[in-house]
Amino acid sequence: MAERERRFTVPHTSGTFRSRSQVMSADDVDRAIRRMTHEVIERNHGTGGLVVIGLQTGGVHIANRIADTLAEIEGSAVPVGTLDVALHRDDIGLRPVLPQAETQIPVNLDEQVVVLVDDVLFTGRTVRAALDALHTWGRPSAVQLAVMVDRGHRELPIRPDYVGKNLPTSREEMVDVQSDGVHIGELV
Amino acid sequence: MTDHAPPRRHLLSIADLDRPDLERILDLTGSFAEVSQRRIPRVPALRGKTVVWLFYEDSTRTRLSFEAAAKQLSADTVNFSVGSSSVNKGESVRDTVQTIEAMGIDAIVVRHPCAGVPHRVADWIDASVVNAGDGRHEHPTQALLDLYTARTHLGGLDGARVAIVGDILHSRVARSDVLAFTSMGAEVTLVAPRPLLPSSLEGWPVAVTHDFDSVLEEIDICYLLRMQLEREAGASVPSLREFRAEYGLDAARADRLGEGALIMHPGPMNRGVEIDGDVADRPNAVITEQVANGVAVRMAVLFLLLGSGLDLAEGERMMAA
Repeated sequence: MAERERRFTVPHTSGTFRSRSQVMSADDVDRAIRRMTHEVIERNHGTGGLVVIGLQTGGVHIANRIADTLAEIEGSAVPVGTLDVALHRDDIGLRPVLPQAETQIPVNLDEQVVVLVDDVLFTGRTVRAALDALHTWGRPSAVQLAVMVDRGHRELPIRPDYVGKNLPTSREEMVDVQSDGVHIGELV
Repeated sequence: MTDHAPPRRHLLSIADLDRPDLERILDLTGSFAEVSQRRIPRVPALRGKTVVWLFYEDSTRTRLSFEAAAKQLSADTVNFSVGSSSVNKGESVRDTVQTIEAMGIDAIVVRHPCAGVPHRVADWIDASVVNAGDGRHEHPTQALLDLYTARTHLGGLDGARVAIVGDILHSRVARSDVLAFTSMGAEVTLVAPRPLLPSSLEGWPVAVTHDFDSVLEEIDICYLLRMQLEREAGASVPSLREFRAEYGLDAARADRLGEGALIMHPGPMNRGVEIDGDVADRPNAVITEQVANGVAVRMAVLFLLLGSGLDLAEGERMMAA
């Protein structure tokens, strides 16, 4: 564009993650998923009316694994979806925000129990955006929240129902859920 | 707010965008197409932003489409109707847009019968300017929605053969589409009688033929243009009947199109002139789909310019990261 020379500096949150220590192994993650899945079944008395929705992008993989485990334990498939909340974020205009991935809601959410799944729960702002986005799709009878890691520092009154691991962190640290487990470190 | 001054960001011409820019806008469009499918098709992404329509020329689909796009993003919209404004009292375009800007707006969508007006407007004001058609020059959002529609059906546009047929001379859509399709790797052939072609095509990356029948079998996209009778296109051909006989897509010609070839038209159609009535309703005619995609493309453009904290080029770098 004509204005391309007029570059401006963006307070980027991107960078490469450098792990300082590993706090969960891949096996630990497996066990946590299995336990959370059992808790989901127990709390909801089965899997009837459940819809599992993973938040893009970190929650999708975990949502799929929870849904697979649900099907394995209860013997019937549970609908799984994905949700990108970029357009509902409250920091639009404060930092660069783009939808990065697909939203795919497989069923009508009315009177269903939605289990929202994310990898890391931090300020709670992503979950708030997700709740906002969900109601444009329908009116679930309940929404529950499952996260692999709750690292604290909530800025909104949001509380998870199922937690893989409670992990005390400082604000400056970063938590990354990878295929080989959960790491704590920082962006460099 | 962040401490950096917001950059001036505009969509004035397809010529300002290179292939990666185009591809990222198209990729982003997919995210916005999803919004229209929701029961409540609205996201709060542009809440508090004001978009003004400044249309010095008639338009239904472009204005409605921009309007739907802005509403789905929760922007406020103001329609500036030239017919009932101080323009009738002799106010210049510059005074008009500066007056509008003084009321506090974030973007202005301009259509004007003279080429280059949106560029001039962009020099005068700080708000984002979107070209919604300027004279015979360009109509960039139309080209973007055409690319998106074609790419959705064909998978990719590399090596796709596109024929743009009809009133090239008066068509800003043709100019934007030639630039857009060729930068995406497609080959464009212009099909028109000599009086409906620009007097010089030097530097245009296109082939030209006056024989529609010779290209029918080999094209992937048959893009028909409306005879712009309001711009006196009628004077360039002996009669509309003769034009139709040589360059109209009738059933016989449509039958000769290859399998999977798309029939596209920017609308409004003159059924029975450039396209026969029932041809426009065939399954491979994606004309209403173009209109639907127009909303999503314009959402992507408005969001990139106003809501993403990026400009058209930066958005693509961020998505690549």
